[in-house]
Order: sequence, then C-alpha cells, then structure tokens
Amino acid sequence: MGYAIALRCRKCGREYPLEPRNLCDFCLSPLEVNYDYKSMAKAVSREKFAGGPQSMWRYRELLPVDSEVVDIGTGFTPLVKADNLGQKLGLERLYIKNDCLNPTYSFKDRVVSVAITKAREFGFDTVACASTGNLAASVAAHAAKVNMNAYVFVPSNMEPGKLAGTAIYNPVLVTVDGSYDDVNRLCGKLAARYNWGFININLRPYYAEGSKTLAYEVAEQSGWCAPDCVVVPAASGLLFTRIWKGLDELAMLGLIEPVNTHMYLSQAAGCSPIVNAFAAGSIHVHPVEPDTIAKSIAIGNPADGYYALRVARQSGGGASAVTDEEAVAGMRLLAETEGIFAEAAGGVVIAALKKLVASGLIKKSELTVAFITGAGSKTQEILSDIVQTSTIKPTPESFEEVFGVSV
Amino acid sequence: MVKRQVMFTFPQELIKEPIIYNLSQQFTVVTNIRRADISEDKGWVVLELEGEEKDIEQGIAWVISKGVRVDPVIGDIVEG
Ligand SMILES: Cc1ncc(COP(=O)(O)O)c(C=O)c1O
Ligand SMILES: [Zn+2]
Repeated sequence: MGYAIALRCRKCGREYPLEPRNLCDFCLSPLEVNYDYKSMAKAVSREKFAGGPQSMWRYRELLPVDSEVVDIGTGFTPLVKADNLGQKLGLERLYIKNDCLNPTYSFKDRVVSVAITKAREFGFDTVACASTGNLAASVAAHAAKVNMNAYVFVPSNMEPGKLAGTAIYNPVLVTVDGSYDDVNRLCGKLAARYNWGFININLRPYYAEGSKTLAYEVAEQSGWCAPDCVVVPAASGLLFTRIWKGLDELAMLGLIEPVNTHMYLSQAAGCSPIVNAFAAGSIHVHPVEPDTIAKSIAIGNPADGYYALRVARQSGGGASAVTDEEAVAGMRLLAETEGIFAEAAGGVVIAALKKLVASGLIKKSELTVAFITGAGSKTQEILSDIVQTSTIKPTPESFEEVFGVSV
Repeated sequence: MVKRQVMFTFPQELIKEPIIYNLSQQFTVVTNIRRADISEDKGWVVLELEGEEKDIEQGIAWVISKGVRVDPVIGDIVEG
C-alpha cells in the first residue's frame, strides 16, 4: 500500500477520501493528494532509490498508488550538462532535463502513468481525455498497454495529420464539430454523465502527482541537491507547482537540504495568462484567448494558474513570456548547441531562460535546470522555413563546384 | 436538475450591475457563490448554478451577451 491518505482542498483544507474527484464541494478549488509523510520517511532512503528501477517508478513510495503500476518505460531521462548553450547564454552550470526521451516523447507519460494506474484501481474500464497532442498520445498508449477503452476528444479544426501519433495506438478518436471552447464544455458534461476515468478531470489530483518525479530525478541526478534556479513551461500550471512540491517533499523527508530554488515559469506571449498576472502583481489569473504556435502549452484558462503564481512568488522566482519568433529561435539554439530537438514548448523555455539571464535574474554561477518537456518531431510544421538545401548534380565535380572544396 | 460550476469575470463597467441576481430571476437558475474577489476595476466570482440544463444554458448565454466572460471552474480541459 502507498502512503497517500486523503485528497485535500488547496484553498480551504477540507479533506476527501481518495476517490475520483477533482474539486472541493465547498469552495470549488482543486484538490491535492496528501500523504502520511511520517511513515513515508521511514520507508525511503537515497540508497533505496538508487537500487530501484531505471524509471519514474523508483519513487513509487512518493506516489499515490496501491497496485501494480501501468508503466510503458517512463522517466529517469537524462540530465545533461549543457556547456555549449551555457556559454552562449552566460551560464556556468546549466543543465537540460531532457524529457523528450519518454515513450510517447513528452513528460505527459509521467502524469498519465499515475492516472491510468489509478483508473484501474478505481475499476474504470474506460479512460478519456481532450487533447490535440501530447496528452492524447500518452493516454492512448497507456490504455493500449492495459487494454482499456480510450476516448480522445479533439476540436474539428485540428489537422488530421497531427493525430497520427495518437491514432497509432488505436483509441477512439472523436472529432467534435465545434471550437476549442465547445470541446471544453462538452467534456465537462461527459465527465459528469459517464462513469469514466477522465484523465484531467476526475483523475486530475493523481495525474498531477506524476510530475513530481521530474523534481525527484533532477535532485537525485544532481547528487541529491536542488537546483538554484529552474525554468519550466506552464500551460495549466500543474507541472510547475508539482516540481516545487516534489523538491519540497524531498527536503521534508530529509533527503536533501532545505530548498531554496527560484522557480521560473515560462509561457508563450500569445497565451500567457499566468505571466500577465505575475507582471501585474495580481493574485488572480484572468483567462485569455490563446494565439501561439506553442500549442502544447496554449491554455487560456489555467486550472492551477493561481497556485503556479504563488509558487513563482514564494520561491523568489518569476514568470517570463516570449514571442513565437523567440520560441523558434530557442528551439534552434538548443538543437545547434546541444543536439536536442525540442518542441515549441522547449523553445519557449530556452528563450525565457535567455531573457532571465540577460536581465540578471538568473546569475552566471547558479546551478540552473531547464526542463525540456516534449520532442521536436511533434511540431515540425512550424519549422518548415528553416530547411535550406543546396542542390547539386550527381557528380563529384558539381559538389566541389557548389561547396568550393577540393580533394 | 443539473449543477454547473463556473467562473464569471466582470469588466469594470459591469461590476455595479446586478447580473447574478438577474440571472437567477430571469432564468430559474439557483446561483450559489463560493468564492469571489471584486475590486474597483475588475472582479471575478466562482459560483455553482443549479437548474434545468436548458435554463442554465440560456442563462449563461445571457450573461455572456452582457459582456461577462464565463469559464468552467475546472479550467480548460483540452490540453496539448
Ligand atoms: C510539452 C509540454 N510541456 C509542458 C506542459 C505544461 O503542462 P501543465 O498543464 O502541467 O502546466 C504541457 C502540457 O500540456 C506540454 O504538453
Ligand atoms: Zn475547499
């Protein structure tokens, strides 16, 4: 059995049993998994983790599961020292957490692995989600692994070609004849009507916990210490809050020193409700209409925006938005310096990192980790104009003529 | 009867209008406020609406037509 004891309201503290539910009945705020940290502390140690599987499930004791887990090989992705990029940006100790290298090429496998494990524990035979990309692929892949039915809802203006990375796992793909907002509303109603495990609705508190493993891994891979600064992409803001929670838990369990990590979140300027609120000094995140190429992090009404904002402030961190052009430049810079091809969200992170260093917020000697959460092959279409080739005739002479090289 | 949890975001010019009261009067929708923050220049209210599905739909459409932004409390579900 695991150490989770209850769901707790993040706002009013009311507790609920560990069941499929995401909102506090009382104040309609999000619920979060709470643990018996005392007992957990007795069950974990650095040595024990080191002997665990080479996956996110080496931290099983810190996750809210009670049964055999649904694992397609997620996590324990490389933390690579990025000296070339660091030099370009002016950082001496820059690391990239490369979460492109998960089974479905994004960090979503971490959250979905926990959510599907819980779905099976709760006895659901069907899971569902609404997604145009990373989440859809991950849900479909995990459902395939355990023979569950999976419904994936997408708005009708999606290009069908974009869905191949999900369709390959053979879920039920449902195109909804309506806008992005129509799909949101529909899914809210379906979740109330059917006894399904809706990955980011009634399973959301469990789903959220999967993101903590990114923090655990970074700490362990850094020799059990927390970074000075991190830069994280934010959509709903959940990942950002759970990286913080993960570091905080490690300190609470005595596995690392008290945490003093400055948490920076990044968004695309075309969809930056959390950054806007940070900049305005507001405590409320006002929803926006998304308009950016960084589609995977384009959430106009972020469910955990308020809490992400709090983490950015409390940790002495910040929030930074970058234009689409800057994001593409960030993707290119990361690829050209470190050989890592990230999707647009990764470009947003690198571009934000560049700004944060340039403005002096992140300092040269600080141990900094940039979280790259999805692979570039997913958003190749935004790069079509970078392809430049030189055409030659199929003769060595033609090659030498065009490139000016000789034997 | 169904329940719907929503967030209303009010622009400055609508803060003084009794929109929630009118919603409950005109559409037979029970409004139950759970959280709110109203300042001089903007405001938001998180509330639960209870009523017949069609009354709730019509009520929300009317609130939007007045210039209020209406979002689900659970945030956007469609993810990347
Ligand atoms: C590649 C990538 N990075 C980051 C995120 C941020 O997720 P969150 O909603 O937890 O802020 C997403 C979410 O969709 C994503 O697809
Ligand atoms: Zn509450």
